[in-house]
Amino acid sequence: MKIVIINTECANMASLKFGIERLGYQVTVTDDPTVIKAADKVFLPGVGAAGAAMQIIRKKGIPELVETLTQPVLGICLGMQLMTSHSQEGDVECLNLIPGKVEPLLAEGLRVPHMGWNTLSKISDSPLFAGITEKDYFYFVHSYCVAPSAHTLAGCEYGQLFSASIQHKNFFGVQFHPERSGVSGAKIIKNFLEMPT
Amino acid sequence: MLARRIIPCLDVRDGKVVKGVKFRNHEIIGDIVPLAEKYAQMGADELVFYDITASSDSRVVDKAWVSRIAEKIDIPFCVAGGIKTVEDAQKILEMGADKISINSPALANPELIKALNVRFGQQCVVVGIDSFYNKDSGQYEVYQFTGDEKRTQKTAWTTLEWVKKVQQMGAGEIVLNCMNQDGVRQGYDLEQLKLVRQVCKVPLIASGGAGEIEHFTRVFKEADVDGALAASVFHKSVIAMDELKNTLINQNVEIRPC
Repeated sequence: MKIVIINTECANMASLKFGIERLGYQVTVTDDPTVIKAADKVFLPGVGAAGAAMQIIRKKGIPELVETLTQPVLGICLGMQLMTSHSQEGDVECLNLIPGKVEPLLAEGLRVPHMGWNTLSKISDSPLFAGITEKDYFYFVHSYCVAPSAHTLAGCEYGQLFSASIQHKNFFGVQFHPERSGVSGAKIIKNFLEMPT
Repeated sequence: MLARRIIPCLDVRDGKVVKGVKFRNHEIIGDIVPLAEKYAQMGADELVFYDITASSDSRVVDKAWVSRIAEKIDIPFCVAGGIKTVEDAQKILEMGADKISINSPALANPELIKALNVRFGQQCVVVGIDSFYNKDSGQYEVYQFTGDEKRTQKTAWTTLEWVKKVQQMGAGEIVLNCMNQDGVRQGYDLEQLKLVRQVCKVPLIASGGAGEIEHFTRVFKEADVDGALAASVFHKSVIAMDELKNTLINQNVEIRPC
């Protein structure tokens, strides 16, 4: 199986790569369109601010490339947010792969960023969440979020309900960091890698 | 619900994990990577690595161990010590750290907090504060260069003013090291943490003083901190992680089970 992490020059690429390798898979970090197109599974990592990340992605021609992909693509954290149509963080047009918009997390009276381990709610029966229950904790770090919609695969509660995961066609996104979420996170990565293409 | 975090802290010197009492007299505890793996497997929610030599003796410290940790552990970790520039931070984040924590360099140049925030996002930027209660003035005062007793010095900042300032500059999390309590296992400084909590709108991590399980229960329930950091009780197996977490769960503190 050919696994690719799109090189978005963001900070969590090393930990994502290690997370996949710990499961016994080999993975290539690249921004070469030919290699990305030929992959069976594609990861879109992201950490930091939406504006800066979109700038890097556009410079590399990734938006035009990603929308043509038909194999499963998993966006992580900011990577997930960039899959929607728009982010209020810096008022940025995003990749428009999954319907939805990114808004500030309104956690009245709670601390922002939402940082730490949280559980999921309303987990769908998507193969991405096979074996995951509402008792499993995942590591979140974010100040913006995607509101729940028909495309939500799992929710999370922090002052408000927001999308912990979204999907449209072959495009999947998770707001949490599976590569930093212990055994439960490893299960999500494994589910994604074992998903039929 | 968001869980409160239990955060073992590993002080690193010359590639080894060390621990001192009241920031002094460091003894070697063991190698970094096996200890990090052990804590992750035991159920720690996060790890902090303080390179305690880095800031105080101003040499370039070899951080190759960051990458070795990122390879092995599947929980988040933060690296502190000797990060003086955006470039320093970038190297450590590229090696796989989730956050970087700055202390003395932020005091020397508060603009560094903002620069790190803009480049990497607020979630990456932790500010560590070494706070000492001055009985004579009745004030909590901020100290710097605490890694080296010869250079440790008081700054002009009171702790509460510095906590406000670092949030204005864009800090994503604050670790408050209560120096009077450090390493003596008499309990967290609840009074100080409660005061800081009132002005701290970002996640607040308590540090210094953990000696028994009850200290953790109290710091979460009374000071409402988001995480509790401890070193010696874990290194010396005074407290077992599973017993600690089970007790906290029974006391209705939201905790991720081991």
